[in-house]
Amino acid sequence: MITIDFPDIRFDMIWNYKELFIRGIWVTLGLTLIGYVSGVILGLLLGMGKLSKKKWIYYPCKYYVDFFRGTPLLVQILLIHLALIPTVFGESLGYFVSGALALSLNCGAYNAEIIRAGIQSIEKGQMEAGRSLGMPRGVAMRYVILPQAFRRMVPPLGNELIALLKDSSLVTVIAANDLLYAGKVVAGAYARFWEPYITVAILYLLLTYIFTKVITYVEKRFSNSYVPSQRRRIFSFGRSAAGG
Amino acid sequence: MIKIQGLYKSFGDLQVLKGIDYEINEKEVICVIGPSGSGKSTFLRCINLLEDITDGVVFIDGVKVNDPGTDINEIRKEVGMVFQQFNLFPHMTVLDNITISPRKIRKMDSKEANALARQLLDKVGLADKADAYPEQLSGGQMQRVAIARALAMQPKVMLFDEPTSALDPEMVKEVLDVMKQLVYEGMTMVVVTHEMGFAREMGDRVLFMDEGILIEDGTPEDVFDMPKSDRTKAFLSKVL
Repeated sequence: MITIDFPDIRFDMIWNYKELFIRGIWVTLGLTLIGYVSGVILGLLLGMGKLSKKKWIYYPCKYYVDFFRGTPLLVQILLIHLALIPTVFGESLGYFVSGALALSLNCGAYNAEIIRAGIQSIEKGQMEAGRSLGMPRGVAMRYVILPQAFRRMVPPLGNELIALLKDSSLVTVIAANDLLYAGKVVAGAYARFWEPYITVAILYLLLTYIFTKVITYVEKRFSNSYVPSQRRRIFSFGRSAAGG
Repeated sequence: MIKIQGLYKSFGDLQVLKGIDYEINEKEVICVIGPSGSGKSTFLRCINLLEDITDGVVFIDGVKVNDPGTDINEIRKEVGMVFQQFNLFPHMTVLDNITISPRKIRKMDSKEANALARQLLDKVGLADKADAYPEQLSGGQMQRVAIARALAMQPKVMLFDEPTSALDPEMVKEVLDVMKQLVYEGMTMVVVTHEMGFAREMGDRVLFMDEGILIEDGTPEDVFDMPKSDRTKAFLSKVL
């Protein structure tokens, strides 16, 4: 017979460690945001690289993306923290540098695919129209393709942010004092598991909830400014009909 | 002004253009007709190198277009193009669609570019649409904006790739009228079209293409009334 014996829940022990949790939140947020911002920039370069017709640009980008999407993030974190950084710099630069680097490189690979797909989803005629007006490829990309593609990229890029926030908990293996690490410390100190891990879960949930709200807001903003008729049709409908 | 010699184009194993020689003089209006799949759009797109040229040469104003040393962007500034599907930039207002290239490529300041755009919009009869977005316009209006956008670069030649084929019948005329106006102003034009009326009325020369070969070339009267080739006769009997 299974007996579920809930011990009396004691959240006061969490309260005693509240500073550790608050610090954990900041570390998690910091790692996520740094990883995400550099991941978007990296993803943009890699994504465009994967669209290049030049083989010496295309293949490095492709292999990079294949590697970082094809290996576990946990392995990447360990490789970077324990092997790459000590080899290059001769010493560890701390969990934060390793963690941020691993998350950036990983996030860049995933974003590259989103950005590549977003750019490819724009009709071929748009690039042709830009080029036929004398725009070099880069100018057409900047003013014609990317503004349209970006709007389509917002939802998947938003998902990526949420995923990264949760995946950032893996840095706990290199003793980064992120949110999960705070839970582990409390669990270790009291040999109790319900309270610390439930707290950690709730705090992650809270963070992803806030991020989701922000992403929804950004999506709305962009769809408004780029599908302007939703705002404007009422005003110009009469003229439109008369003009046609 | 445009000189085409031995132009070949293949897509993989498919030969689309099989050796075209042609010369277009300044202020000439060339209408290219022919069945679909005859290579007429490809022919047009080879002129401004939207398609890579497999073999042969294209000269515009004496400059070899398909030369690795030629900056194709410089050539394209002088060669306007209008597409079947309009290809307006949906995220920009009509005004921005027209001014983007003069501003970014010709380095015109916004005030000057806006004035030019408004003047062109007036010309195509859409002065009141400057602040509209493309999707608020009808097909005919979009195509007229596309023509204004191409004209804003003040090109020497205009290429039209079936400009009325995607339009509802009642909108064809408004686009053709704008094109006629350009003809009267002396613009050099190459028009791929299914509008035989336009070709007959406005073309200085009509070019009939089939299966990647230039079959017939002459004045509209020659081609429409006294076609020499049986293929031309067969085609005309279907469309006229």
